[in-house]
Amino acid sequence: MITNIIIVKDLVKKFGSFVANDHLTFEVRKGEIFGFLGANGAGKTTAIRILCGLSFPTSGELSVAGYNVYTQREKIKQNIGYMSQKFSLYDDLTIFENIRFYAAIYGLSRKDIDNRAEILMKKLNLEDARNKLIRDIPLGWKQKLAFSVAIIHDPKIVFLDEPTGGVDPITRRQFWDMIYEAARNGITVFVTTHYMDEAEYCDRVSIMVDGRIAALDTPVALREKYQARNMNEVFLKLARAQTKEVA
Amino acid sequence: MAVSVDVQNLSKNYGDVEALKEISFSVKKGELFGFIGPDGAGKTTLFRILATLLLADSGTATVEGFDVVKDYRKIRKIIGYMPGRFSLYQDLSVEENLTFFATIFGTTIEENYNLVKEIYSQIEPFKTRKAGKLSGGMKQKLALSCALIHKPEVLFLDEPTTGVDAVSRQEFWEMLKRLKAQGISIIVSTPYMDEAGLCDRVALIQDGSIMQISTPEKVVESYPLELYTVDSADIYRLLHDLKKLPGAASVFAFGQSAHLSFQKGKLSREGVLDYLSKTGHKEVQVKPVKPNIEDCFMELMQKG
Amino acid sequence: MKRFWGFVVKEFLHIFRDYRTLLILFGMPAVQLILFGFVITNEIKDARFAVLDLSKDETTRQITEKITSSGYFRLDRNLNTYHEIEAAFREGDIRLVVVFEPDFARRLEKERAAHVQLIGDASDPNTANILVNYATGILNNYLLSLNAEAIPLQIIPEARMMYNQELKGVFMFVPGLMAMLLMLISALMTSLSITREKELGTMELLLASPLRPMQIVVGKVFPYVFLAFINACIIILLGWAVFGVPVRGSIALLLFESFLFISMALSLGILISCITNSQQLAMMISLVALMLPTILLSGFIFPVENMPVILQWLCHIMPPMYFITVIKSIMLKGNGLFFIWKETLILIGFTLFFILLSVKKFKIRLA
Repeated sequence: MITNIIIVKDLVKKFGSFVANDHLTFEVRKGEIFGFLGANGAGKTTAIRILCGLSFPTSGELSVAGYNVYTQREKIKQNIGYMSQKFSLYDDLTIFENIRFYAAIYGLSRKDIDNRAEILMKKLNLEDARNKLIRDIPLGWKQKLAFSVAIIHDPKIVFLDEPTGGVDPITRRQFWDMIYEAARNGITVFVTTHYMDEAEYCDRVSIMVDGRIAALDTPVALREKYQARNMNEVFLKLARAQTKEVA
Repeated sequence: MAVSVDVQNLSKNYGDVEALKEISFSVKKGELFGFIGPDGAGKTTLFRILATLLLADSGTATVEGFDVVKDYRKIRKIIGYMPGRFSLYQDLSVEENLTFFATIFGTTIEENYNLVKEIYSQIEPFKTRKAGKLSGGMKQKLALSCALIHKPEVLFLDEPTTGVDAVSRQEFWEMLKRLKAQGISIIVSTPYMDEAGLCDRVALIQDGSIMQISTPEKVVESYPLELYTVDSADIYRLLHDLKKLPGAASVFAFGQSAHLSFQKGKLSREGVLDYLSKTGHKEVQVKPVKPNIEDCFMELMQKG
Repeated sequence: MKRFWGFVVKEFLHIFRDYRTLLILFGMPAVQLILFGFVITNEIKDARFAVLDLSKDETTRQITEKITSSGYFRLDRNLNTYHEIEAAFREGDIRLVVVFEPDFARRLEKERAAHVQLIGDASDPNTANILVNYATGILNNYLLSLNAEAIPLQIIPEARMMYNQELKGVFMFVPGLMAMLLMLISALMTSLSITREKELGTMELLLASPLRPMQIVVGKVFPYVFLAFINACIIILLGWAVFGVPVRGSIALLLFESFLFISMALSLGILISCITNSQQLAMMISLVALMLPTILLSGFIFPVENMPVILQWLCHIMPPMYFITVIKSIMLKGNGLFFIWKETLILIGFTLFFILLSVKKFKIRLA
């Protein structure tokens, strides 16, 4: 049986007269890797903020991890993880301190925190570096660590906002290994990216253009539908079509 | 052919971190030269040294024959520089920004309008809008216009396409090609491997060292291994199983497929098919494939 | 030169775009001046005092009445013994205690001199000082009214305020406030301007352009000279209109000296901007590091002559001290340039020094 962990019906978000999200309707299935693509300014960030309980929608029905976006925002926050390229870890704290901090704000017990921190550092081969400041470690490590920290409290959903920007190709793939693993462990992954090859790693992909969802399907189905060799072509076709309409 | 930028044994450290390790290269006049590498590879440090904004610890660098240390003032007159971070005045309008940069280089928009026309005309309808209110793609076009308005001989573009969506990226590269046709030498950096093919020559850079400098075609030709692209119904398990295959040099995901590299003769298509059916994979396909820049980059990274 | 003007135009655009900051820059000095001014005058009008009258005669009663009816003081209580003095101060509201010695009237008559002790609450030394001076003034007035005899009567101590005969505290404060506000506002404005470009990353582009450090530094100061000058005019106008502080000397000279002081402060701000990398740090330095010396070491609140030698020496390297001297001289004494040319030259010197140091400290590269 497929259960939907995120249900969005007619989500509208307006800023003044500007419509950032124009009647979005979609579902995200439990345990899937859901790619959320779109050009700059298409309204991705606005939608993610609403799903994470950081801002209210103008209208629409939304449920995230079984909780209502209007009335149960605190519940939602406890059941999701969030990581973005721009902000995730504190530069002036050590690796261990960062892990401990994030584990603590999700209310893990002291014993749990220490346990999970050890397991996590072992998995990432960071045991020797536990007392290094975040600002002193390479970007690739940082992003992997940030992701691990974002799921340290076993959330139902993790939101990843351009998690691999600027990361070298090998680390990028290691990062996706971690995403797969999380998905296998039942965590639903909601991810945005500018790397179109990464879109192919997703179970399903939605492509936003000008505040609306222009396409949503598996990468294979999208490639067939738009007669494209890869997701990059699909994306270009959709985004270009839109630009022509406007012009 | 005349040399535009020449760099010899350039090194730069920040404390213990070696940002650049003895790198050398030269860029010809009118060339579109790309630095391909991830964040932290040393691209920004290199660009800043060439734009006379940082001093190297050792080594020499010249731009159009001028030394980056001694003749920094002359260089500042003839280069166009676009830093990695969007660095225009957000509280000034599109037109005010462009006017300002024209004035401080002692010129006017009218004088060099031809050069920027193609790019600027796309944002000109919004010329009274504040730069901070532009979309990512438009900001980038404005930044490029500002870097071009004084008709520079060399353009340094540090990660101009980072964080920009695929559509704007493609448009941007088309603009660069047309600029190159006007005889401007362009040095550009990017973390997107797929953009390498758009340059005349590329330097693959990682951890402060240049791993290879060549044309994109030759980079691909020099790939030392054989490569298969492998499909299966379960890509996650496929990657894991292929890594255990004896004779496999590396296994990386590429979209819905896996790229499997190996020494010539070590593996055969039949052998791989056989192994995968034994491990219970369905809908398996194995095809030889030409490597792309990313395959080459990862191969070089692993060697290093 | 074209490049320089292009730069100046850009700076003006920044300033006028940011109307909120503009409002603070113009609003804050006016509000502060008015608040400060009224707080000071109120304190002096409402000062409570106590009397320890060990003589209890007609003369002491009259003097007490004079003090009470002066408008500056309000009689809070009568004390009976010395011990009660400290208790009275501790309870809080008493600012001054007047002690008449025993046989006051008799001594005044026979010995032609009597002692009165004025005890101020030195936890607020400035107010105490002013109050003691007020009280002394009242005593002297009273004596003058009695002075029919050939040999003048004496009451000790004696003090006199030469150029502030009405003993108006606000007269002393407006020049000091002017110096402080102009110093802070001006230094703050420019100290943020270069660091802002460093933070936004635009400095990277300016550096990679042919602009010279001198063009950037002077180009940053230039627009703010106008703004700060308008501020100076507002302050002088408010001082005159609200508090009746006169300008006895030449207005042109006053404006010129203000202009000079503003340029000095703006240059100092630019210097701060050149040697710091974040707006936060620049603001801390301009507020904390400039505010305290400007208030404490300029003669604004504490007279320089009363300070220990080391502090006096420190005062002499603080530009505000010279400016306060200059404007007091022009506004209250009505002096001309002849009396203040030395201070004027020193202010010019400071300005040039800061500008040149800024250009020298201006980093032509990042890091």
